[in-house]
Amino acid sequence: MGVGIEVINLNAWYGTNHSLQDINLNIPGNHATALIGPSGCGKSTFVRCLNRMHETNPIARVTGTVRIGDLDIYEDVQPVEIRRRVGMVFQRPNPFPTMSIYDNVAAGLKLNGYRNHRVLDEIVEKSLKNSALWGEVKDDLKKKSGASLSGGQQQRLCIARALAVDPEVLLMDEPASALDPVSTSKIEDLIFQLKSQYTIVIVTHNMQQAARVAEKTGFFLNGRMVEFDSTHKIFTNPSDKRTEDYITGRFG
Amino acid sequence: MTRIRFQQSLDDLKEQLLVMAGLAEQAIQRAIEAYRVRDLSICDLVSRSEIAINRLEREIDQASLDLLAMEQPMAIDLRFILSVIKINADLERVGDAAKAISDRVRNMEQMAAADLPVDIPRMASLAAEMVRKSLQSFIEGDAGMARNVLTMDDAVDAMNRAAYKALTRVMEEQSHLAPQALNALMISRALERVADHATNIAEDVIFWVQGADVRHHKSLKTNPDPHAME
Repeated sequence: MGVGIEVINLNAWYGTNHSLQDINLNIPGNHATALIGPSGCGKSTFVRCLNRMHETNPIARVTGTVRIGDLDIYEDVQPVEIRRRVGMVFQRPNPFPTMSIYDNVAAGLKLNGYRNHRVLDEIVEKSLKNSALWGEVKDDLKKKSGASLSGGQQQRLCIARALAVDPEVLLMDEPASALDPVSTSKIEDLIFQLKSQYTIVIVTHNMQQAARVAEKTGFFLNGRMVEFDSTHKIFTNPSDKRTEDYITGRFG
Repeated sequence: MTRIRFQQSLDDLKEQLLVMAGLAEQAIQRAIEAYRVRDLSICDLVSRSEIAINRLEREIDQASLDLLAMEQPMAIDLRFILSVIKINADLERVGDAAKAISDRVRNMEQMAAADLPVDIPRMASLAAEMVRKSLQSFIEGDAGMARNVLTMDDAVDAMNRAAYKALTRVMEEQSHLAPQALNALMISRALERVADHATNIAEDVIFWVQGADVRHHKSLKTNPDPHAME
């Protein structure tokens, strides 16, 4: 089940660039939350702070608190454990190109020590079903490579790979921006289904997409969270003039 | 500033609605004038303007639909287009009411003049003022002015109720004046509807400017803070 995320006074830097400033918000569990804002506003940096990926860059630094459920991810655990509990899907699908579809999904499990084939088979099937890909690949699981799938299928394969390790949170950084409209709509349907089991945070430039899939939306600008509210409120009657100017296309 | 073409389209839509508003306002003023001076040539003008109003209603709806489909507007732009669609429908109904009044005037013209206990000119003047102010609030994007319009509706409703009472008494007690009284009653009813449409327009202006839905909420109608009741 998905858990809530509590962010308190989060600040992040790339070298001397103060890219996130005093972010405070509560992301509800088992919901989809969208993050919007112009390029360079800090939204991708923010999600990378939710699974401690930001600090993998040697010049990057983070201060503040991020609690996922009751776990303080910057105090209590190693980054590897965090990334098991917090899955991530990127803008461009990145399956392991030489691995079969099956091995792509099972890769994370094997890294976590799973060896029992029956258990692996079950989890791979369940993950592919949860990512709405099973019906399209079940006959070629070990015959075809991940790279042989279409872009939309590759993205759902990456989602299956993220789901296989049974995370509580799924971070998606523009997961459909490189996909055609049909594949995009499949990903959106999938997000809609998955949010009953996982907490989903999605970064998107497509505001209609945010409006379709997310219950909550946050607007970032110049490294700050300008407004965080119900998606309905943000897109029909935002409180902050800067949010309104951005979503109505007056800047950005 | 981005989306310059979209902003231009919104300006064009507003301009089209103002043309529609001008026609509807003129139609109701002409219908009232036709009643006052019993001039059938003015009734003809009202009938002609109704045709223009109906054509413009379709054009504005189509332009609004195109913007919704092609531009996927958000926030204040979305509220603006929704308000335009609704105000457009109300203006068309104002045109219908003007036509209804001019039809009654034609009918009354064939009857003997009667001194009826109803002040149609005063009621007409108040209803026309509501239309004018509601449209002014739209032109200026002024929610405060729109709220003032909402407070005027009760007076027109009261006048319509008084007219109903007085005119039904005429029909009961002076049956030879029943046809004239019935026409006056229908004009009173049409003016009351015009005031209702002006009220709707004012409510749509408040929704567009402040994002507050004040329909069917007495207390919200005069409260200047749209978030105070949330």
